[in-house]
Amino acid sequence: MLIYLGFGALVIALLTALFGVVAAVYATRSGGKAANWLESARRSMVISFPLLTVALLCLAALLALGDFQVQFVYSVTSRAMPLHLKVSALWGGQAGSLLFWCWLLAAFLLAAAQRTWAQEQDMLPYMVIVGQITLAFFLGLIILIENPFARFWLLPNGEQVAAVFQPRVALPLLPPDGRGLNPLLRHPGMILHPPMLYLGFVAYVIPFALAVAALITGRSDDAWIRAARRWVLIAWLFLSLGLILGARWAYDVLGWGGYWGWDPVEIAALMPWLSSTAFLHSMVIQERRGLFKRWNVVLIIITYALVILGTFLTRSGVLSSVHAFAQSAIGPLFFAFIAAVLMISLGLLLWRWNALRAEGEVHSLLSREAFFLFNNFLFMGVLAVCLWGVLFPLVSELIGGQRITVGPPFYERAIAPLFGALMFLMAAAPLSAWKRSTFRSLAGTGWKPAVASLFVPAVSLVFGVRNPVALIGLWLAGMVVIFSLYEYGRAVVLRRRRTGQRWITALWTLAGSNRRRYGGYIIHLGMALMALGIIGIELFQAETQGTLAQGESLRLRDYNITYRSLAVFDTSDLRYVVRAAIGVEKDGVLLGELHPRVDYYYDSEQQVTVPAVRATLLDDLYVVLVDWEPISLQAATFKVYDNPLVSWLWIGALVFVVGVMVALWPQKDEEG
Amino acid sequence: MQKTSSFAGQIADARKPASGKAKFMIAALVVLAAVVYLIVSSTRATAQYFLTVEELQARKSDLVGRSVRISGAVLGESIRYDSQDMLLRFTVVHIPGRQKEIDAQGGLAAVLHAAVGDAGLPRLSVVYRGVKPDLLKNEAQAIISGRLEEDGVFYADELLLKCPSRYEEALPEQPGG
Repeated sequence: MLIYLGFGALVIALLTALFGVVAAVYATRSGGKAANWLESARRSMVISFPLLTVALLCLAALLALGDFQVQFVYSVTSRAMPLHLKVSALWGGQAGSLLFWCWLLAAFLLAAAQRTWAQEQDMLPYMVIVGQITLAFFLGLIILIENPFARFWLLPNGEQVAAVFQPRVALPLLPPDGRGLNPLLRHPGMILHPPMLYLGFVAYVIPFALAVAALITGRSDDAWIRAARRWVLIAWLFLSLGLILGARWAYDVLGWGGYWGWDPVEIAALMPWLSSTAFLHSMVIQERRGLFKRWNVVLIIITYALVILGTFLTRSGVLSSVHAFAQSAIGPLFFAFIAAVLMISLGLLLWRWNALRAEGEVHSLLSREAFFLFNNFLFMGVLAVCLWGVLFPLVSELIGGQRITVGPPFYERAIAPLFGALMFLMAAAPLSAWKRSTFRSLAGTGWKPAVASLFVPAVSLVFGVRNPVALIGLWLAGMVVIFSLYEYGRAVVLRRRRTGQRWITALWTLAGSNRRRYGGYIIHLGMALMALGIIGIELFQAETQGTLAQGESLRLRDYNITYRSLAVFDTSDLRYVVRAAIGVEKDGVLLGELHPRVDYYYDSEQQVTVPAVRATLLDDLYVVLVDWEPISLQAATFKVYDNPLVSWLWIGALVFVVGVMVALWPQKDEEG
Repeated sequence: MQKTSSFAGQIADARKPASGKAKFMIAALVVLAAVVYLIVSSTRATAQYFLTVEELQARKSDLVGRSVRISGAVLGESIRYDSQDMLLRFTVVHIPGRQKEIDAQGGLAAVLHAAVGDAGLPRLSVVYRGVKPDLLKNEAQAIISGRLEEDGVFYADELLLKCPSRYEEALPEQPGG
């Protein structure tokens, strides 16, 4: 029953979406009845959400109940899994994650339908058309190709098929147990990472729809930017959270002491983040100065196309290896959809090219808007490096017949200088003035924090840092922190002088008075702290390894690691666990015990190495249990990493999120 | 007019109608040139041929000692791990490099399964020093960066493993229950 209910809801949701498109088209055409058609179109966005909620709940119930005749349930759950994992397996496979994607999109469409469209009434029909076509495309994929409700059937000739409806003379095929969720995905970070990423992806549909609506209606003012602003920030917040949670999961689970591997799927999620970060900066210029109108449209089109591409590349979630994704019939359809999106939206842009003329120009190379422009150049540069890295293997094969690939060293080498330049802009830009800014005025406000920032590399030198890349990186990160705090502090002092408020009140009301600006500074601060963590682990990671008999020790930097014992046991969720106990000493002082372990999952016949981490603000001690003497348990082999400063990567991410929250918080008198 | 003495300010003040744009064009070109330089030089410094086992062995003479990336099927019975010095040895079997050929043979899982059972396909010994990956097992796809040396052994710096058969299979292996 759940299957028919869920599948029926999907089909009705598809029909509703298509009806919404037709109604919206009529709303733009017929004269007298247009208002009625428009209201119908709007309501189609309202009704999609409850319909898809029914479908999603049906699938969740099937997963919870363990109906293994359903192909999707069979492939991602097993009897032994706890309930919360069974339900979150919803996004552990591609059919379920596509449904989940659609459900999130419907939620955003509902929210968009509820906002007041008083000033942008003419844009609403196009918003409906873009939103519902996107939804219909994905629903069509689910219903026709990746159906989460398909069941196993056994044909008389012994052949097995998967279909929603019972084929003639076929018998139901009920496997006794499912395959179970990939053990690598059974981690809190992995439960939250896909939904966050998808929330981020999906929320970009709304700004894109608004941009297309503005192009078609020919509005050259910044109405669409103002309407899109909050959506872009929300999308950006979730996408950032998704990326960070993925990094944290890699660090905790994958056991190679890293957090980011430049895998094509990771890059696919990073690319829309890059283009929308550029957009977040350049849209401010359009609001303040009426510049870059065409460029902003281009950025939002690129972001939307990258989101669709990213959904295609990540749709199966993270599978067996870091990111394995199967080729299927979906590929050509996705590429056709992306090509159509690009052609139509860029065509619209050309059509409105003259209407989107800038209302002024950038005068000074050192003005605030010039800094924003350079920021955009650099973000596009990083995006170009990423695209090149992903496409180069394909291009080289087409041209030379020989496939040539690039790996992490390529990205690190090409992107590090660009990020360095971005850090410099982050520090310098807040000091510059709008319209006209001169070297003298910049130097006048900036010399104090600039001198103060030299303190960072100086102290690093004293502590023995000799790597020039690290010194430059630390200096830039320090510069951003100091400049941001300086700018903030200066404004607090001014405000205090003007209003006579107390320090803490001045600080609070200042952040409240221009949330986007001061939220932005907090975000920059977070980025600088993350850069600190990245410099620490990338440039100063140390590692060692060794096989230890009980009581023997291994040294790494100031740490002394002693193998104490090994425990072997079964758990109630069908894991066979081998857990080591090791004592950690630093400079002769006992700090505690760590328990690196290896879990073997009976249901999926796979083992997962779970590192033990002792995290402090200065460094992380990261211990992996590699191997052990099977019966006597007398000896075990460990790999040990010391990752300096990596905690700041996670702390910076938290600061970053706080900053976005500040920028998002509603404000009565919105200013730029 | 505002009086300034800075370099940029002087340009801004003395500009002809188009020069405001010109200096931004120059700035944009500088950034563009830098990005192109970074991409080209990094590609040259780090790009690797992506080869099948067969291609690697056919071109052994000109590829010995060069950093390349290969793809192959892991032969389960060949896996040997010496945890004392973390030395991992295993054999990979040739699988086609092109997606079209893989699709024509029934998908990656089927190709990997067939490769491991076919003694006629080219094979390659791989040596890697480090932690043994959890996913290294029979019929996994290994994507390996490293160098082929004169002794015919591939010395790996980086292992990436995929097990499509485990999670991508549409139907249960044993019907009923």
